[in-house]
Amino acid sequence: MGEVRIGVYICHCGKNIGGVINPSRVAEFASKLPNVVVARDYMYMCSSPGQMLIEEDIKRHNLNRVIVAACSPRMHEPTFQGVLKKAGLNPWLLEMVNIREHVTWVHEDVPDKAEEKAKELVYAAVMRAQHLYEITIHRLPVVKSALVIGGGIAGIRAALDLANAGIKVYLVEKKQSIGGKMAQLDKTFPTLDCSKCILTPLMVDVARHPNITIYAYSEVVDVSGSAGDFKVKVRLKPTYVDWSKCTGCGYCTERCPARAPREFDEGLGTRKAIYFDFPQAVPRRPVIDPKYCLWFTKGICRACEKLCPVGAIDFNQKDRYIELNVGAIIVATGYELYDMTKLREYGYGKYKNVITGLQLERLSDADGPTKGKIVRLSDGKEPETVAIVLCAGSRDEKHVRYCCRFGCAAAIKHIYYVKHSVPEAKVFVLYTDIRAFGKGYEEFYQRLRGMDDVYFIRGRPAEIFEAKDGSLIFDVFDSNTGQLLSIKADLVVLESAVVPPKDWESLRRMLKISCDPGGFALELHPKLRPFETTADGIFLAGAIQGPKDIPDTVAHAAAAAAAAIGFLSKGEVESTPYLAVVNEDLCSGCGLCASVCPFDAIEIKEEGGRRIAKVNVIRCKGCGACAATCPSGAMQQNYFTDTQIVSEVSALAGGAK
Amino acid sequence: MGERFEPRIVVFACNWCSYAGIDLAGVSRIKYPHNVRIVKVMCSGRVHPEMVLKALVDGADGVLITGCHPGDCHYISGNYKTMRRYLLLRKLLRQLGLEERVRLEWISASEGDRWAKVATDFVEHIRRLGPLRLKEVMSAE
Ligand SMILES: Cc1cc2nc3c(=O)[nH]c(=O)nc-3n(C[C@H](O)[C@H](O)[C@H](O)COP(=O)(O)OP(=O)(O)OC[C@H]3O[C@@H](n4cnc5c(N)ncnc54)[C@H](O)[C@@H]3O)c2cc1C
Repeated sequence: MGEVRIGVYICHCGKNIGGVINPSRVAEFASKLPNVVVARDYMYMCSSPGQMLIEEDIKRHNLNRVIVAACSPRMHEPTFQGVLKKAGLNPWLLEMVNIREHVTWVHEDVPDKAEEKAKELVYAAVMRAQHLYEITIHRLPVVKSALVIGGGIAGIRAALDLANAGIKVYLVEKKQSIGGKMAQLDKTFPTLDCSKCILTPLMVDVARHPNITIYAYSEVVDVSGSAGDFKVKVRLKPTYVDWSKCTGCGYCTERCPARAPREFDEGLGTRKAIYFDFPQAVPRRPVIDPKYCLWFTKGICRACEKLCPVGAIDFNQKDRYIELNVGAIIVATGYELYDMTKLREYGYGKYKNVITGLQLERLSDADGPTKGKIVRLSDGKEPETVAIVLCAGSRDEKHVRYCCRFGCAAAIKHIYYVKHSVPEAKVFVLYTDIRAFGKGYEEFYQRLRGMDDVYFIRGRPAEIFEAKDGSLIFDVFDSNTGQLLSIKADLVVLESAVVPPKDWESLRRMLKISCDPGGFALELHPKLRPFETTADGIFLAGAIQGPKDIPDTVAHAAAAAAAAIGFLSKGEVESTPYLAVVNEDLCSGCGLCASVCPFDAIEIKEEGGRRIAKVNVIRCKGCGACAATCPSGAMQQNYFTDTQIVSEVSALAGGAK
Repeated sequence: MGERFEPRIVVFACNWCSYAGIDLAGVSRIKYPHNVRIVKVMCSGRVHPEMVLKALVDGADGVLITGCHPGDCHYISGNYKTMRRYLLLRKLLRQLGLEERVRLEWISASEGDRWAKVATDFVEHIRRLGPLRLKEVMSAE
């Protein structure tokens, strides 16, 4: 760029800076530093006359570096970069010196020292500015389509919002049907809406939407590329039914003679070997379970094939793979229940009448194994006494530390299920705290707490024992009354802790996003950016970011969709200015840089018979870890090159001459 | 008695947590010794051990490296790299008798008060150790 010509501008910021140090003296000092062509002070550098002053100087004095000593760069760096841009200079030829937050606001009591410090900081900036250079921002076009992984209420809401905004959406769901946990619920708190009645219309909207393609019974197996241009490989698992021919009439499922435990009923009911997850399944296309199908297990039957009016059964189907090209990804893979057999003292899995809250949902549902009647699983009798145990595995150092956020409200709802099915039943609620925080939840709680024969006990059960008749006996210390109680119950309902899905870890690695201590997806910021991730173009919706009830899930999903729409409609992605850059002449291709890159942005490529590090300009987020690791100095970071940093460090260490 | 020794201290601060925390001390008008000079980097993981040594050689009496708390790194794992690199650097510094002159501290964006305390402690600590004068020693040789 030839001769370095620096302009230095010292801001008074009214009395914020000018009331402590003398900005004119600092400017006077700066004017004598190497390559400084002009140095001035001004009352408010960020005001329009202040900005104009810089702009005119740039033109008049042919400046090619600008230093503004004022507030924190976190405040006005973009403002002054704009001034450079307007004057035709590359914005990265600006250097800001923080003499307000780092000097006058904290050293008011020692104004002489503060002024000395301001001068030294300006000096260091001048030394560093000698080595600044123009930075190019790379722009890549964005593919205007999105992938939504997981078809629970979060994925459904996100897919619909995206599709309604005109974006092509691919929805990948691992089960036969979309719907997630919400489809398994009988009613939803706090209003007691019928869960399927409010969910299935949305599922149908998804199925019918011209911008949405559903890949059910499928899973993501590989993700490559980067924000704006992801390549996603999806495995379509064999269903043994040609879905393009199938009309969803369901003859096959009616006539199939083989029975299997029904996952949708949390193992309580049975289904056929060829099945839909539930009657309102979307897509309404069945799958054959080869573990139970008589053709696969015994080589007999083939009833479905004979019955199918359109010849859709295909026993020879294999895995199929498709590749999708999308600009953004929304992760909506939800949660799973913590394995209750790990809470040995409660006897889940050993005693028939100890069940989970989700199993109670299934018992209460008319489509469930008991057609909506709540009974003891050991003998099918109506329970006289039901104990509902909250925080089963939650808020427990031995199991899961965090709160599940919907167990309390679910337990209150479950009181209603029991009292509705067996009005004279006694219900004991064993709780730690009742967290009825949502809109309408407290009112719901008060209403059900006040019902006859409902007892709230503050404590967790000690070991549960089974009596001969299948009922359950346990002691519990009620910390409200200080009494040790002995309870006999016909049914014990565990409101289980909540964890990420089992296969989440491998998907998370593919997406290269981090997790929190509980294993859930880590958001970009817990308060300000709860639906974004550190990976650009990848957003979070629903319980995969942490347990959430349905209202929170829906709000989160809509926010994720809005963020994705914003991202996609910008049309292009920009690289960070602080990009890693390789001096290919120095690079030996050792690959240390690639090994420390947290974003998988560096690849070692063969070129002209040697190995060279290549940076993916969109993936790189500009942390500089690679530059700090490179043994030869070939890897540098824009705006933070070794030379730039060292010249500043050295100036600060040595003091102004 | 002569004038009180005023150490010269170079601080590396990551953009996302520590620099913001140091700014917050300013916004909250929390006072701390003037001796610290901040060098902004995007991530503490950018700090090469040579930069720390360079600061000491060129006249700093102490160096502070600051970054996000473990688990909070804006770049996922930069601070863990800093931690590992710092432990190696300390081994080297121990050989040179300079171990006490360099510290690693985690300062979050909300810890303006903590930053002021860290800065005050470190300045006091270096003041007790006295001037380093590596620069004079090296140029005399
Ligand atoms: C007993 C119980 C009762 C409840 N009652 C209520 C209530 O009354 N009111 C209320 O507001 N909330 C209630 N909840 C909470 C409610 O279930 C959640 O808020 C909601 O299900 C979260 O939706 P989601 O879409 O984030 O996750 P999920 O419902 O878990 O959906 C995730 C979807 O992603 C799919 N998936 C997972 N991994 C993959 C993968 N790798 N690839 C493809 N697809 C994948 C899953 O198969 C599933 O379809 C209750 C929860 C429980 C346990």
